[in-house]
Amino acid sequence: MKKLFVLLFSSFILLGAMAQVDRGNLLIKNGTVITITKGNLEQTDVLIKDGKIAQIGKNITAPAGIKIVDASGHFVMPGIIDAHTHIALDGINEGTNPITPEVNESDVINPFQIGIYRALGGGITTVHAMHGSANAIGGQCETIKLRYGTFDPEVLKMDGAPRTIKFALGENPTRSHGEGSGIVPRTRMGVEFVIRQAFTEAKEYSEKWNQYNKSKLVKGFRGAPPSYSYRHEVLSDILNDKIIVHCHSYRADEIYMMLKVCKDFGIKRIVFQHVNEGFKVAPELAAQGAMASVFSDWWAYKFEVYYSTAYNAAILAKNGVVTSINSDDGEMMRHLYHEAGKTQKYGGLSDEEALALITINPAKQLGIDNRVGSLEIGKEADIAIFKNHPLSIYGVPMFTIVDGVIRFDREKDPDDMRLMVDPKQAIETATFRDKLSDQDHCMEGAEFILDSELFNANKK
Amino acid sequence: MKGLQTIMGLLTAIVCIVVLRVEAQSPKGKYGNVALTNATIETVTKGTIQNGTVLIVDGKITAVGSNVSIPTGTDVIDCKGQFIYPGMIDAGTNLGLSEISSVARTTDFNEIGEVIPQMKALTAVNPNASAIPVTRVSGVTTALSIPTGGMLSGTAALINLHGYTPDQMFAGFEGIVLNFPNTGRRGFFDRRTDEEIKKASDKALASLNDVWEKATQYQKLDSATKGKAGYYPELQALIPVMRGEQTLLVEVNASKDIQAALKWLKEKKVKKSILTGVAEGWRVADEIAKSGIPVITGGVLELPTRDYDRYDKAYANPGLLKKAGVKVAIKSESNNNNYRNLPYHAGFAVAYGMNKEDALKAITIIPAELFGVANKLGSIEVGKSATLFICNGDPFETKTQVSHVFIEGWSMPMVSRQTELYNEFLKREPGLKK
Repeated sequence: MKKLFVLLFSSFILLGAMAQVDRGNLLIKNGTVITITKGNLEQTDVLIKDGKIAQIGKNITAPAGIKIVDASGHFVMPGIIDAHTHIALDGINEGTNPITPEVNESDVINPFQIGIYRALGGGITTVHAMHGSANAIGGQCETIKLRYGTFDPEVLKMDGAPRTIKFALGENPTRSHGEGSGIVPRTRMGVEFVIRQAFTEAKEYSEKWNQYNKSKLVKGFRGAPPSYSYRHEVLSDILNDKIIVHCHSYRADEIYMMLKVCKDFGIKRIVFQHVNEGFKVAPELAAQGAMASVFSDWWAYKFEVYYSTAYNAAILAKNGVVTSINSDDGEMMRHLYHEAGKTQKYGGLSDEEALALITINPAKQLGIDNRVGSLEIGKEADIAIFKNHPLSIYGVPMFTIVDGVIRFDREKDPDDMRLMVDPKQAIETATFRDKLSDQDHCMEGAEFILDSELFNANKK
Repeated sequence: MKGLQTIMGLLTAIVCIVVLRVEAQSPKGKYGNVALTNATIETVTKGTIQNGTVLIVDGKITAVGSNVSIPTGTDVIDCKGQFIYPGMIDAGTNLGLSEISSVARTTDFNEIGEVIPQMKALTAVNPNASAIPVTRVSGVTTALSIPTGGMLSGTAALINLHGYTPDQMFAGFEGIVLNFPNTGRRGFFDRRTDEEIKKASDKALASLNDVWEKATQYQKLDSATKGKAGYYPELQALIPVMRGEQTLLVEVNASKDIQAALKWLKEKKVKKSILTGVAEGWRVADEIAKSGIPVITGGVLELPTRDYDRYDKAYANPGLLKKAGVKVAIKSESNNNNYRNLPYHAGFAVAYGMNKEDALKAITIIPAELFGVANKLGSIEVGKSATLFICNGDPFETKTQVSHVFIEGWSMPMVSRQTELYNEFLKREPGLKK
């Protein structure tokens, strides 16, 4: 009896520690199913059981009591994945040092942000919640699913998704540290140096530990362990292929530099973020298996994106680089389907190629393509249902489903979808995005160290 | 020997000049009489003409219809399967004033001073700004270039996106920009308290009233002295607005501020005004409609302004304003050099409720009317300037390709730095190995 009690009690604790994720059952009837990986299926049903896609086919018999979504005349596609966002986070930049792999966005996830719901309104189901770009080696990031409605940060996390970390090259780390604090790096030379230095120190660190771990097995060994450094632990994990690097970058020269650093340190998995001049080194990126996550058409908001082209995604894709389109912005992420459509104007990509940029390709970049990013039996039931084709300007997300649970319903949701009302918030205060501010939100939280002309320009 | 050196030097110089000339050769605009035949013509003001012809002579549209005789010697562009639209007008840009928005030395839209209506955007428009070809190859032919910052930021100018001097580009409208005192927040980094915001906006309104009072007095003095009231450039610049000869462009976004602006414009008896921005216009749409003051709203691709607002309010705003009876033009966002996305702002307004015809008017004939240039721009009609574009489908649709752009009869080269980079790098040579 006592044993049973202990068993019950411990399983209760275990349950409490494990995030309770809702997984639904659902039958989506009669839509045009865009699978991404296996073509389009007209007038087809998708059956979801326990949060996973159980069946795709015509005239599936509805299991008793199952909720049905009528998708007649609508388009059913995989939930959109944004490989670069800063939503659902209470902190973005640990801008105090050029090297901060020890910090982790998973510690500051905020499930209450209305931005999560707004993203669902754009058909988004999974996002990469990233550290900012103030540091050459920034913090670790978190891949989250938009299970809006939960109060538990743990529930948002995509359990089992590979670890990722943010790197940053170019103007942001050099203006944050070199210009802002007078420490290396102030140039792209310095950026390369601090990254190589960090990896070299990490290698020394793990060699010391390896040596110690070996020595302590020898009988009669006396000696103290090397001092522990979480920073170097994380860096070692990067070198041991346990973490995918997501590297904020713009110019071809710095991208090429980072490719060489990866080669020299044996880093296999790297995704370049923004990578506006990626098109200039597309053959090199493809040859090394590096991937690219780009803006559709942002340019000219700072010097390092002056020589950009909206044809970037098409050039990269046609050169064999696994490419995605990201937002880095709470507004833009609500219409990534439209941003993907721009690759048809700028480079003539097919519907399939264009939609891959916001589904299976970002899934590959986050290492979750075995679970999401296409509509296939056994995959997680993350689905967006559109009125009109998603690549059409008239495409409107009607339902967004995460793990078989409807998280966004355009017709039924009330206007006010806040989970928590701040009693101190003024009802009448509106927020307008500053027309003079930098476009990428990568520097949020690091304004204090910025060249302040930008932020002060409109603060008269 | 010295002679040989001179000759060698000369030869080198000649070679250099020849090479440079070849290098510098960008395609130019082409002028001439052209007939655009077999097209679907979206006139905007007079319906759609199937299988029609637009005749361009001396920079003007001289015939539109399905039965147009083409004079001999006229170039013909067969537009079978293509559509002709009037050039799109973006009423919210800083085209020509900004090369790289965060590099201060490349921007000219933000002069020092709170009250500087005499600062003229047209003066600083760089005809060779890289964003100009990037914008026009997408069918946006005309733009309002706006100074920002301070309270009365300067004089905005309407420009056509082709020409080698500001005067060649000038499209016939200038308006004074007023940033109406703002009680909204300016973004994530605006951490002022509510009281601080209120105080700042009250102070701004007091100072605006003060300026207006001075301008009113100055205007009277100017009349009485027949223009010899002394050199007060900022007050002088306001006289045409006082006399109802020039438009005041009132940038205002929060609903409370819109109400305050309507009240203020009425009190001050401002005859010609346009509200711009108007992000929260839907909240007070009836009041705006009642005032009869037209609106240039946008960007449409924006977030809701308050956490508790429905997620799609910014997309729905133009349609809601129109529905209430407001005269609505749509602009793209300012200061990001992506004015080429203007048709997508209009397209999103349609996806979220606006009538398609109204959205097309909102980026063509309505801004032309608001700027008093509807006799030249905004529709495909006989007698108007040949400022138009040809495309292969609905211009709001993302994948639609624009094949020709004409600005005042000049056929534009369909290249920009962005297309040039595409052509150079799609198949880079050398590739991996040199």
